[in-house]
Amino acid sequence: MDVEILARIQFAFTIAFHYIYPPLSIGLGLVLVIMEGLYLKTGNKIYEQAVRFWIRIFALIFGIGVATGIIMEFEFGTNWATYSKYVGDIFGSALAAEGIFAFALESGFLGVLIFGWKRVSPRVHFFATIMVFFGSLFSAVWIVVANSWQQTPAGYHIVGEGLNARAEITDFWAMVFNPSSVDRLLHVWIAAILAGAFLVLSVNAWYILHKKHLEIARPSFKIALAVATVFSLLQLFTGHRSADGVSKYQPAKLAAMEGHYDSSSRADMYLFGYVDNRNGRTTGLKIPGGLSFLVHGDFNAPIRGLRSFKPDERPSQVNSVFQFYHLMVAIGTAMIALTLFGTWLWWKGKLFDKRWLMWIFAFSVLLPQIGNQAGWFTAEMGRQPWIVYGLLKTSDGLSKIVTANQIIFSLILFTLVYIVLFALFLFLMNRKIQHGPVDYGKHEEDKDEHSESTRARWAQ
Amino acid sequence: MHTFLGIDYNQWWFLVFGAVISGYAILDGFDLGAGALHLFLNKEQSRRIAINAIGPIWDGNEVWLVIGGGALFAGFPVAYAAIFSAFYIPFMVFLIGLIWRGVAIEFRSKEPMLWWRKTWDIVYCVSSTIISLSLGLMLGNVVEGLPLNKDMEFTGDWLYFFNPFAIFVAITTLALFMMHGAIFLTMKTENRLYVKMHLLSNNFTIFFVVSFVITTLYTLLYIPHLSDFFKARPGYFIIPLLMTLCIANIPRQIKKGKYRYAFISSAVTIALLLIMVALEVFPYLLYSPQQPNHSITVYNGASSQQTVKILLIIALIGTPLVATYTTFVFWTFKGKVKLDEMSY
Repeated sequence: MDVEILARIQFAFTIAFHYIYPPLSIGLGLVLVIMEGLYLKTGNKIYEQAVRFWIRIFALIFGIGVATGIIMEFEFGTNWATYSKYVGDIFGSALAAEGIFAFALESGFLGVLIFGWKRVSPRVHFFATIMVFFGSLFSAVWIVVANSWQQTPAGYHIVGEGLNARAEITDFWAMVFNPSSVDRLLHVWIAAILAGAFLVLSVNAWYILHKKHLEIARPSFKIALAVATVFSLLQLFTGHRSADGVSKYQPAKLAAMEGHYDSSSRADMYLFGYVDNRNGRTTGLKIPGGLSFLVHGDFNAPIRGLRSFKPDERPSQVNSVFQFYHLMVAIGTAMIALTLFGTWLWWKGKLFDKRWLMWIFAFSVLLPQIGNQAGWFTAEMGRQPWIVYGLLKTSDGLSKIVTANQIIFSLILFTLVYIVLFALFLFLMNRKIQHGPVDYGKHEEDKDEHSESTRARWAQ
Repeated sequence: MHTFLGIDYNQWWFLVFGAVISGYAILDGFDLGAGALHLFLNKEQSRRIAINAIGPIWDGNEVWLVIGGGALFAGFPVAYAAIFSAFYIPFMVFLIGLIWRGVAIEFRSKEPMLWWRKTWDIVYCVSSTIISLSLGLMLGNVVEGLPLNKDMEFTGDWLYFFNPFAIFVAITTLALFMMHGAIFLTMKTENRLYVKMHLLSNNFTIFFVVSFVITTLYTLLYIPHLSDFFKARPGYFIIPLLMTLCIANIPRQIKKGKYRYAFISSAVTIALLLIMVALEVFPYLLYSPQQPNHSITVYNGASSQQTVKILLIIALIGTPLVATYTTFVFWTFKGKVKLDEMSY
C-alpha cells in the first residue's frame, strides 16, 4: 500500500478513536454542572451522590481522551510534514491557543474536581466543575476553527511557490471567523452535549430497568432527558445551517452528500439509497427536488452536480460520503423522535411505565456516538481530494521522508494499544456502572486512611 | 524584522518555547521520576501513596508538553515538521509511553486484585522510564544536530539516533528525573515511607552526579564544538558555575532534611541545564553539522511576523491565567499525601 492511504488510515483511525471521548466529557461536564448546581441549591444528598458517581466516570473518560489526544497533536508533524509547513502559520496559533486556554484550564481544575472534596468548600468545588466544563468547551473551539479553516480558508495569503508555498495569516479574526467555523462549532458542541446526555440516560435507564438505585436514577434520568430534548431540537438548526454553508462554499461536497451528478437538473433529497459512482447514478427512496428546495427554496432550481468538477477535484468515495451523511441525518431524526416522545410521557406522568422505552434508552448511548463519527467522516471524506479546500491536495501534504514501513509499524502499534485500551475502558465502565452511585460521599467523617475498613471499602 | 525591548519577535518566541519546555521538564520531570523509581517501593500502601502524591497534578503537568508542541508548531512550523518526521520511530515510542503512563495511573486503583495492581505498577514504571529515556535521546540528537538535505529534511535512518552522546544524555535525563521525583516524593510522605524515600533521594542524587560527569567529560573530549559559545563569552561562565553550585546544594539540603530547598535546587538545575543547551544551539533549532547552510534556525524555520506577534499576545494573556490556576491547584494539594475514598 502506498504512503498516502496508510497515512490517511492511521489518521482516521487515531482521530476516530480519540473522538469517542472528548464529546463525552463535554456533555458530561454540562450534566455535572447542572447536578452540582441543584445540589448546592437544594442541599439534596441525592444530587451529591450522583455528582460523585459521574465524576468518577468523567475521570476515566477524560484520562483516555488526554492520552489519545496528545498523539493527534504530534501526528501532524510525523505523518503530514508538508501540510504542517503549509498551514503552520495559521493552524499553529489556533493549536497554541487551545493548549493554553483550554487544556491547562481543564486539567488543572480536574484535580480539584476529583480529589478536592475535602480540601475545598462546596462552592469552590462547584467553581472547579464549571471551569472543567468551560475548559472542555474551549478545547473544541480551536480545533474546530482550525479544521473549518481547512474547509473554508479565509484571512490568509499564499507565499512562495511549489514545495515552499505556504499560507500566511493576514487577518487573525477573519481566520477565526471563517465562513464555516461558527456553524460547525455549534454543531460539534451540541453533538457533544448529546453524547454526554445520552450516556447518562442510558446508564440510568438500565438502573430503572433493574430496579436499582431508583431514588438517584429517576431524577438523573429526567435531568438528562431535558438536556437531550432541548439539544436534539437545536441540532436541527445548526445542521441545516452547516449544510447551507457547504452548499455555498463546498459545492462538490454537497453534491457528493446527495449523490447529485447533473448540473442542469434539480437535485433530489434521499431518505436512503445507493450511489453508483462509476456510472454516476443514484438510486433510492427520494423526495424529488428536495435538495433544491432546501438550498434555494424552489423544488425545480438546478444545483451544480459532480460531473461539472474535474475528476481529480471531486471526492472519489461518493457512496461513502452519501451513506455517512444519511446515517448522521437518520440518527439525528431518531434522537429528536425519541426524546420528544420521552418528554411527552414525562409530561403525562408516565415516563418510567414503559419498559420497552427504557430498553431503547438503555442502548441509546450508541446513537450520538455513531452520529458523531458519521458526521466527521462526511465532513472529511467530502473534502477530498483536498486537505485544504481548493489549495492543497491531500497527496501533497505528506511527510516526504516517512516510509510506508514506518507508518505500518506505528499503525500496528496504535491498533494493538487502542484495542487493549478500549477493552479496558469497557471493562472498567461496566464495573463502575454495576457498582452504581452508592457509597460515595457517605464516609465524610472518616479520616483514618490507614484503617482496615477504609482499605476494604476503597478496594470495592 | 520587528523588535520589542531590542529583542526581535522570533527570539522572543524562542524564549517562550524554551520556558514552556523547561516548565514541562521541571513539572512532568518529577512525575516521570516518581514513575521510574516506582518499583523500588515494595509495599502496596507505599506505592499507592506515591501515585497519589502526583495524582491530582500530573495531568496538568503533562499539558505543558501539549503547549510546547503547539508553541513549536505555531512559531516554528518548519522545525516542527522536520523534527517530528525525522524522529518518527523514537517519537512514536515516546507517545505510546505517554499513553500507558496515563492509563496506568488512572486504571491501577480501579480494581483490588493484586495481579491487577502489580501489572499496572510495572506498566507505570516501564513507561515512565521509556518516556524519560526517549526524551533524553531526542534532546541529545537535537544538541548534536542531524544530517539535513536542502529541503531541511532528515536524511539518516532511525539507527542514527543511537549514538554514544545521545545515549549518555538519555541516561542523564533519566537520572535527573529520578532524583527530582525522589525528592518530590520525600516532600510528600511521612513515617517509614519518608525514611525510605530519604535513602532513595541520596542514591539517585549519586546516580545523577555520576552520569552527569560522564556526559560532560564525553562532550568536552569528543564534541568540543558544543562549548564554543562559552569559550567565546567567558562572562557566561556564571551559568555552569551556578548550575554546579545548585547540584552541590541538593545533597546538602537532603542531608539537612530540607526537602523543599532540595526540590527547588533540582528544579533550578533542570532550568539551567536547558538554558545552557539553548545558548549552545541558538540560533539553530535543528543544526546540520554536515551542511550548516541546511540548518533550521529561528528565522528560516519561523512563521510570519504577523503570526509570531499574535502568538506573543496569546502567550501574554495566557501565561498569567495558567500561572494563577496552576498555583491554586498546587496550593490546594500542598502538604503530605492524605488518602481518602476518592484517591487513586
